[in-house]
Amino acid sequence: MSTATTARDQSSSPARGTGDAGVRSWKNPVILAVVALFALLVFALGAPGNDVTFRLSEENDPIVLPSIVVSAPVVGWIAALAMLALAVLAILRTRSGRRIPTWVLAVFAVLFLVAFLTWVVGSARTPNVALYGLLAGSVTLAVPLIFGSLSGVLCERSGVVNIAIEGQLLFGAFAAAVAASLSGSALVGLLAAAVAGVLVSLVLAVFSIRYVVNQVIVGVVLNVLVSGLTGFLFSAVLSEDSERWNSPPRLPVIDIPLLADIPVIGPILFQQTIVGYLMYIAVAVVYVALYHSRWGLRTRAVGEHPKAADTLGVNVNRMRFMNVLLAGVVAGVGGSFFTLVAVSGFGRDMTAGQGYIALAALIFGRWNPIGAFFAALLFGFATNLSNVLSLLGTPVPDQFLRMLPYVVTVFAVAGLVGRSRAPGASGIPYIKG
Amino acid sequence: MTPQDDRPASPATGDGAPHTRREAKDAARQEEVRLENAAETAGGELPPPVVPGTAAALGTGPAPDSTLMQRIMTGNALVAFLSVVLSLILGGLLIAVTDQNVARASSYFFSRPQDTLAAAWTAASGAYLALFQGSVLNFEGETFTRVIYPLTQTLTVATPLICAGLGVALAFRAGLFNIGAQGQILIGATFAGWIGFTLHLPAGIHLLLVILAGMVGGAVWAGLVGLLKARTGAHEVILTIMFNYIATNLVLYFLSTPAFQRPGSTNPISPQLDATALYPPLLGPAFRLHWGFVVAVLATVFVWWLLNRSTVGFELRAVGANASAARTAGVNVSKGYILAMAIAGALAGLAGVAQVSGTEKVLTSGVAASFGFDAITVALLGRSSPWGTFAAGILFGAFRAGGVAMQASTGTSIDIVLVVQSLIVLFIAAPPLVRALFRLPAPGAPRAGKGGSTTRTPASTGAAA
Repeated sequence: MSTATTARDQSSSPARGTGDAGVRSWKNPVILAVVALFALLVFALGAPGNDVTFRLSEENDPIVLPSIVVSAPVVGWIAALAMLALAVLAILRTRSGRRIPTWVLAVFAVLFLVAFLTWVVGSARTPNVALYGLLAGSVTLAVPLIFGSLSGVLCERSGVVNIAIEGQLLFGAFAAAVAASLSGSALVGLLAAAVAGVLVSLVLAVFSIRYVVNQVIVGVVLNVLVSGLTGFLFSAVLSEDSERWNSPPRLPVIDIPLLADIPVIGPILFQQTIVGYLMYIAVAVVYVALYHSRWGLRTRAVGEHPKAADTLGVNVNRMRFMNVLLAGVVAGVGGSFFTLVAVSGFGRDMTAGQGYIALAALIFGRWNPIGAFFAALLFGFATNLSNVLSLLGTPVPDQFLRMLPYVVTVFAVAGLVGRSRAPGASGIPYIKG
Repeated sequence: MTPQDDRPASPATGDGAPHTRREAKDAARQEEVRLENAAETAGGELPPPVVPGTAAALGTGPAPDSTLMQRIMTGNALVAFLSVVLSLILGGLLIAVTDQNVARASSYFFSRPQDTLAAAWTAASGAYLALFQGSVLNFEGETFTRVIYPLTQTLTVATPLICAGLGVALAFRAGLFNIGAQGQILIGATFAGWIGFTLHLPAGIHLLLVILAGMVGGAVWAGLVGLLKARTGAHEVILTIMFNYIATNLVLYFLSTPAFQRPGSTNPISPQLDATALYPPLLGPAFRLHWGFVVAVLATVFVWWLLNRSTVGFELRAVGANASAARTAGVNVSKGYILAMAIAGALAGLAGVAQVSGTEKVLTSGVAASFGFDAITVALLGRSSPWGTFAAGILFGAFRAGGVAMQASTGTSIDIVLVVQSLIVLFIAAPPLVRALFRLPAPGAPRAGKGGSTTRTPASTGAAA
């Protein structure tokens, strides 16, 4: 995609190189300084005077942890001053022409998050929030995003841009609902979701690899096609007899004995449905396979430099075809989350743009499965936070909270987290000869 | 980069040795021009390129998204026509398969198959007839007004589609994939609407200000994306998608503030726009068609002029065709990105004006409907050319207007329109597939083997920008 193109253009053009480098290296310190000043104004000076309670467990849990109670002004001031210090450090580093270490950005982000959370919960009508619930809810909301971005990783790493994640998720959700309703088994639904994802992938692969149509176009059009198709079938078939077609059984939550009782971690890791556990497995498998297997090496080679891979005897287009189909399996399973876990039953356009967010998570996570995982978690967290906060009653308008994930994405792709580089051949069809 | 790639550029040298003296001379002169070009582009500073200038310009550089456009331009009208027919057939099949009468008749398919087929024909043809009557001419209308009413409805719906489609197409030509028309329409409509119901000005000036505000709103919103892309290299697909969501939430927020919310209402809805801020009806009060359609026609003429007759347009197209080459030739690529997005946004803003002061007359968060997303398919179908987009906008306007009527009269869900539209774009984008389905000969390639006519596509087809 063009991120890479632009990056390449700029590095290869000597006339622009020097001037640009000067501007770009000042970007981060300036942004940090502005954000730190903002934090000083809002989180420290504008801090509510009361205490804030973060609950770590419920009273009837097997293991009860004490709640964390902090004073909002104290946390606000400490965090804001620390952020200012980091910003000054960044400015000094940049002035002496050295790089800003990554830990500065990471610590800065964590401080901002803590200060924001304390401030926003403190300003709410009830300054008391279940931290474990906030985190567990974030993971749950992030499940389809993670599957979606893994699908994107598989495609883009092999050189095919996958805008059709949205369509794969939606078709997966639809197929899961119908198959599970007809068969009465949620597992059949899960399987059907995978098949549906593959079907969407198949169209993407045939058009973008076999017929060399622009991959972004195929992706966008596929999303429209799936939206229309599922919407049409929903009103023509599903809603006519929803008892038969659209009442899938839900996947049960499986508690892993003992481990599920661990406070905070237990609800996040060990109280999931099959889809949730599959998500953790998928992240691990894709990561290991991509970086530590022959298949992964070939996939990355095909995505970075197909000609070189071809020269060494890798069948580029077959590799890509297989990867796109595999991505369909992953995204399809992710789609089943909507109809088998989140709610019981399909609704028109129920993925509501999550596929696009997954795409953003993929880029935010720098085309790396683990990175995409954490980026998707961040989106899940932001979404869940806005849900929780609107229940608590905060002074921040609801719309701004809902905007948060998207604004974060804009900042992220605009280079706050460092320039991300797409796989070299992503989006470029390979024509042998 | 293959040797085949420079064949179309230099037909004289393409098929081996030149036959006549004159051809040889031509070839030699071309070679000279080519060398000159190569030396010129090097600017005397860069080392001479490894590949000849013309060949490099043809294939190796990142020539964004030229596939679809080139493809459609080289593909003939027959393919386009067949794509539409094929999509309609597939859509008809879908209608027939899900029809309840067909399902009933198919339960005794093996004893009386003709019942099933008849029911299928009735279902599909009934739906399409309703679609036609709802979008072109209503034969059952008693007065002339009622007969042509559907046609004016089509043009009304087509107005925002054309404006926003032009925006997408223009960005496309500059190598930018603008998915953000939805957000740009929303912000444009917000600016326009605010002027429309807050200021109370005399007729004429008011409408002019509304139109201007809508264009500024869209231009600012899209220009921001262009700026971010030019400055940071962020991908415009992601940026525009995010800006769509931000715009939706922003408009919802505005509609909850006293400056925008209708007094006494708790719903996110604005006051009605002043009568002076509305587009006057084009054909009298019996029709909903308004002067916004004329503005859309003017916008099409403007984009045609801009792209094909102006220096700015030439530069934008150069950026779109090959950003590195354009930069080498002295075009300011960053400025091109920002400008292209800003103009695209202004056009989408016009679509917002058409909605807020033409059809809807109030500002709600749903004022953009799904026009921003439909605009993408419109631009794709229109080959990103101004008049192509215009025609595609009218076609999709007909689909949408007819779809509403179809849903009302036969109960067929309007979603079928989305299916047919997306199938059309898919098929048109892949002529070899359509040719294979209808067993048409591939043009210019005598029975090419595997890969067929797809092999001559430039290397960088997929890169969106």
